Amino acid sequence: MSALTVLYALLFYAAAAILVGGVAYKSWVYARTPQPLKIPIPPAPTTRRGVALRMLTEITLFRSLFRSNKWIWLFGWVFHVALLAVLLRHLRYFTEPVWAWVTLIQPFGVYAGFAMVAGLAGLWARRMFVDRVRYISSPSDHLMLALLVAIAASGLAMKYLVHTDIVALKAFFLGLMVLDWQELPADPLLLVHLALVAALMIVFPLSKLLHAPGVFFSPSLNQADDARERRHAAGWSASIGHAGRARGG
Amino acid sequence: MAAFETPALGEYLVIPLVRVDAMAHSKPFVAKPEHQQGLGFPGELVPDWEKVAVAKLGELVSQSRALRVFLDSCVKCGACTDKCHYFLGTSDPKNMPVARQDLLRSVYRRYYTFAGKHFPKLVGARDMSKEVLDDWYSYFHQCSQCRRCSVFCPYGIDTAEISMAARDIMDSVGLGQKYSNEIIGKVHTIGNNLGLPGPALRDTLDGLEEDVKEATGADVKFPLDQKGAEVLLITPSADFFAEPHVDGLIGYAKVFHAAGISWTLSSHASEAANFSLFIGNHDNLQKVAERIREAAIDLGVKRIVVGECGHAWRVAYSFWNTLIGPFDFLDPSYPAPQHICEVTYDLIRRGALTLDRSANDDKVVTFHDSCNVSRGSRMGDVPGGQFLIPREIIRACVNKFVDMAPETIGEATFCCGGGGGLLTDDLVELRVKGALPRMQALQQVVEEHGVNYMAAICAICKSQFTKVLPYYKHPMEMIGSVHGLVSNAIVLGPGQ
Repeated sequence: MSALTVLYALLFYAAAAILVGGVAYKSWVYARTPQPLKIPIPPAPTTRRGVALRMLTEITLFRSLFRSNKWIWLFGWVFHVALLAVLLRHLRYFTEPVWAWVTLIQPFGVYAGFAMVAGLAGLWARRMFVDRVRYISSPSDHLMLALLVAIAASGLAMKYLVHTDIVALKAFFLGLMVLDWQELPADPLLLVHLALVAALMIVFPLSKLLHAPGVFFSPSLNQADDARERRHAAGWSASIGHAGRARGG
Repeated sequence: MAAFETPALGEYLVIPLVRVDAMAHSKPFVAKPEHQQGLGFPGELVPDWEKVAVAKLGELVSQSRALRVFLDSCVKCGACTDKCHYFLGTSDPKNMPVARQDLLRSVYRRYYTFAGKHFPKLVGARDMSKEVLDDWYSYFHQCSQCRRCSVFCPYGIDTAEISMAARDIMDSVGLGQKYSNEIIGKVHTIGNNLGLPGPALRDTLDGLEEDVKEATGADVKFPLDQKGAEVLLITPSADFFAEPHVDGLIGYAKVFHAAGISWTLSSHASEAANFSLFIGNHDNLQKVAERIREAAIDLGVKRIVVGECGHAWRVAYSFWNTLIGPFDFLDPSYPAPQHICEVTYDLIRRGALTLDRSANDDKVVTFHDSCNVSRGSRMGDVPGGQFLIPREIIRACVNKFVDMAPETIGEATFCCGGGGGLLTDDLVELRVKGALPRMQALQQVVEEHGVNYMAAICAICKSQFTKVLPYYKHPMEMIGSVHGLVSNAIVLGPGQ
């Protein structure tokens, strides 16, 4: 067993633990933090069912963003959908036998790799060339885009330029999942790709990527507009006591 | 106040290039110790204020899911950057919603996130310092908390929540804004923003009764502290004396009169406005609202109706049930609380009012959606009722009505430029510049349709436009109350 294999095995255990543990912890904190007042933002549905539909259109179609800015919507939506397709395509490296639908989407997954780069390039161009967006960008915002572009580019390079030993790679990941470590192919491009993916997993719960769990907890989006019909109370507002006095009065 | 230029109106609204620090000089007067202490805040900047501020920030974040999620989730996509009327009117990049949020977010990151603690430069985290505090004081008083940016944010991030938190933190270290805090103090001690005591209020109302009698011949009453009345009317105190607000109050009185609904004002709760919303302080928010509950129970009313006031309607509609509910002492067959427009609209639909549109034939009317009504509340029983109902009332009262451009009304409405505790003369430059997007849309309907009257249902909007319309070469009389139009059109029978 090479030192490299051990290093990458440990890296991926750590990265997976930080990603899952971090997102779970943050979600728990969001869920536990009270929202004392009703602050839905229009167009706010009046029922829970309506809220579910609203969240669905926000998360799958980026509806508010579409209304807001067509370019950001186009680049952002293409990037996210492509990322999803690419992630699903990668399931074949983690399943044996490979699920039928995963086999089916393989060609789309490859195109999605290019679409992902295109979307990221569009977002990055806005960050550099639109003066308002340039003003609000921190170094970390550029680095995040660089990281994602590098992941996509190194992945595409392995597909089209320098192939790696994909069978051995799959054995490595299948082994990781059952604690039966297998040798990792020592191809430089693969090592770069994997290290960057691990880095992304680690920064996920420590960065603005928290928008992924965050959006589900956003009170302005996930509250129903029913303040008059249902008395809302949470946190400090739950400690306001009136009920007894009112009935007496 | 330095001289400034009123922005020029072009053919259409232009998104400006950023001009750094263009409005860095804009700061409201600071609250004096006596304004602070009545609200439970330190009179002046406390020792070790940096630590106190950071601790307060942590406390607020732990008490508000909204704040926590909003501070963590922004990806700096830029969707909000061209949505704020203050940015569009001033070009100052710190008036872009995301940049305004970042004034607070940078401090949150520094003290409460791993990345900000260890890599501050990388993620734009900043130490709490005098420079940061100055930025906060300037730019969190350039936000009218109108929530327009939130409508366009993919995560619903609401800059109003963040600016309220920032103001609450500043108050907690002893740096308050004079305008809002002085006014809240008056509500606590006297019962309204103006500091108008009960007897003076009675005098004012007697005067109105005489005026209406003279103008119409009808005995329209303006009751005060009348026990056993059906309706308690809670209205902004500006309605008692300011123009054009008072025309609205006369309109409400005529509607109640024509419909035979007994009603009363309260000298204990003679104010709908609750400026505690603007300073983000929930103790004061609850305390100001509590007077209304006390008055309603004391007077034994069956319904509470709220007059034309934007942020007051947000507080009433969205927060009262939480703050001063449950309303189990009111008649459950009516919504609690109810907006005066809901009352009037309902009466119109039932044919209970006689309205003569020709009384308003000298006017071509448009309607300014007020931000807190549009984005902080609702009317009626369907989504969007807050846009539909006032327009239906106007259409029932005038023959000529046109809407402004669709991207400037409804949920996308532009703030008047004076909301959120900024309606003060020490911020007049900001107010004039912030009105630019609304003035642009108004100019268009003036030119295309001959609009000469803009109706609104918010006391702040009415005062703000009275002040800023002349800067844009329109007469100040152009702004009016929706119920001012009702007042003109309503026909009161001789027997009534």
